[in-house]
Amino acid sequence: MKDRNTFIHYVHMTVKKSYVLAEMETRKLLHDPTELVSRAVQPLLWLGIFGQALSRVRAIPTPEGLTYMQFIVPGILTQSVVFVSIFYGLYIIMDRDTGILQKLLVTPTPRLALVWGKMISAGIRGLSQAVIVCLFALLMRIELHLTVLSAIGVVIIVMLGAGFFTGLSMIIASIVKTRERFMGIGQVITLPLFFASNAIYPVSIMPDWLRVVATINPLSYMVSGLRTLMLTGGSAGVGFDMAVLACATFLISIVSAWMYPKVVI
Amino acid sequence: MNILEVEGLTKRFGDFTAVNELTFQVGAGEIFGFLGPNGAGKSTTIKMLITLLKPSGGTARVDGHDIRQGSAGVRNAIGYVPQMISVDGTLTAYENLMLMARLYDVPRKERAGRVKEMLSFLRLEEHTDSLVRTFSGGMVRKMEVGQAMLHRPKVLLLDEPTTGLDPVARQSVWERLLELNEMFGTTIFFSTHNMEEADGVSDRVAIMNRGKLAAIGATDGLKAKTGKPEATLEDVFIFYTGNKMQETGNLRDIRRARRTEKRLG
Repeated sequence: MKDRNTFIHYVHMTVKKSYVLAEMETRKLLHDPTELVSRAVQPLLWLGIFGQALSRVRAIPTPEGLTYMQFIVPGILTQSVVFVSIFYGLYIIMDRDTGILQKLLVTPTPRLALVWGKMISAGIRGLSQAVIVCLFALLMRIELHLTVLSAIGVVIIVMLGAGFFTGLSMIIASIVKTRERFMGIGQVITLPLFFASNAIYPVSIMPDWLRVVATINPLSYMVSGLRTLMLTGGSAGVGFDMAVLACATFLISIVSAWMYPKVVI
Repeated sequence: MNILEVEGLTKRFGDFTAVNELTFQVGAGEIFGFLGPNGAGKSTTIKMLITLLKPSGGTARVDGHDIRQGSAGVRNAIGYVPQMISVDGTLTAYENLMLMARLYDVPRKERAGRVKEMLSFLRLEEHTDSLVRTFSGGMVRKMEVGQAMLHRPKVLLLDEPTTGLDPVARQSVWERLLELNEMFGTTIFFSTHNMEEADGVSDRVAIMNRGKLAAIGATDGLKAKTGKPEATLEDVFIFYTGNKMQETGNLRDIRRARRTEKRLG
């Protein structure tokens, strides 16, 4: 009975303090929203230049009824969310260098809450990217089929995906420990994850070995779920994509909570 | 009654022994100066006392809680001010204090009142809604003390709290600290390499040199042992260690101190 109460107290504290930390991170964003503008440039370039160019080549097969521009919108959104999230490891190193992390670690806050707080914050930043990508799509007359329900699904998938890559970046930060090394490793991990997924071309055109990588790459499940929700307005297979992302995000948050306090040592 | 009991505390990093079998006690309500040059092991000792680092040997009890087994109890009993700048410059003074009040579980009904009281106590009420990055060095340090005191801890641990401050700001910070000590009976444990500062405020001091405790006691008693009629704590350090303060310290410590000084302007 005592163990059960202790567990319930731990879960309650974790959820409560994750919310506190996420709220403070969001306040920072509201004090200085210029970051949102600068982050809008990347998806604009990918859609406006890369997407336009490749859609004219007509070399990449897309599912029936979809143009290539439609096909890559969820991929570009996924990429934007990953790029936002992967920098959270860098923020952890910066917080360590400024003493903020040490101060947080000394409070009676569960380690998991410190990770979840960052994950939720990355999710909120990721949602701002979703709004930007959808606006660009609208301006470029790319047809999306969003309903209220599918929009809710998009929110969930963006939050889960952002959480996963935030957790991954915090683990990387706890291993490499310096900004310089993190910048190098961050690039090395992000780009292969992006290209070894179904973000900008379908899995069907990949060689066998790359299909295996794409199958175990959580980014593929994020793209797949978003593609169904944003382009069909339906939900076929989305439950499975969400379940894979939820499990991967939960597991990586546990590993991250265990590893990232080591960044201060 | 002792609030802090350190017994044979040791920390090794590979072959290097940073802290070597440290044993001492600090009484409740005492102002205790922890002195030594950069690299003497002061910060490592503090990191063990606040449960950020696991000791390689020995242990310590803070308000009766063992740092090895009772980290939750220790964290609730202490307030911590790191050497580096640990307030978040991208949040306002009110938000910075409220964040800590919520993370330390200050009851909801009391939070806003305590934050306002603290701002008033720190003479920062006019800057409640200003972003902390616009503050002077002295104001930043006072904010850090405020953050660490909101939950009314029994022990306040400060790691080089006045590094980088000019004499006026230093005095202002100490006025607030001494007032807190008098109002709440808070034990103040602070590290410094500034002997003059320690001499002025400490009830007792401990002098660290190369990971070992070189001397401990009331400043007058330690000075008397040197045999010099107008001895300073610098003379005490030389008497017990055979070195001058400037002869020790490593590159990382100096770099960190300089970074803090630079950020405090």
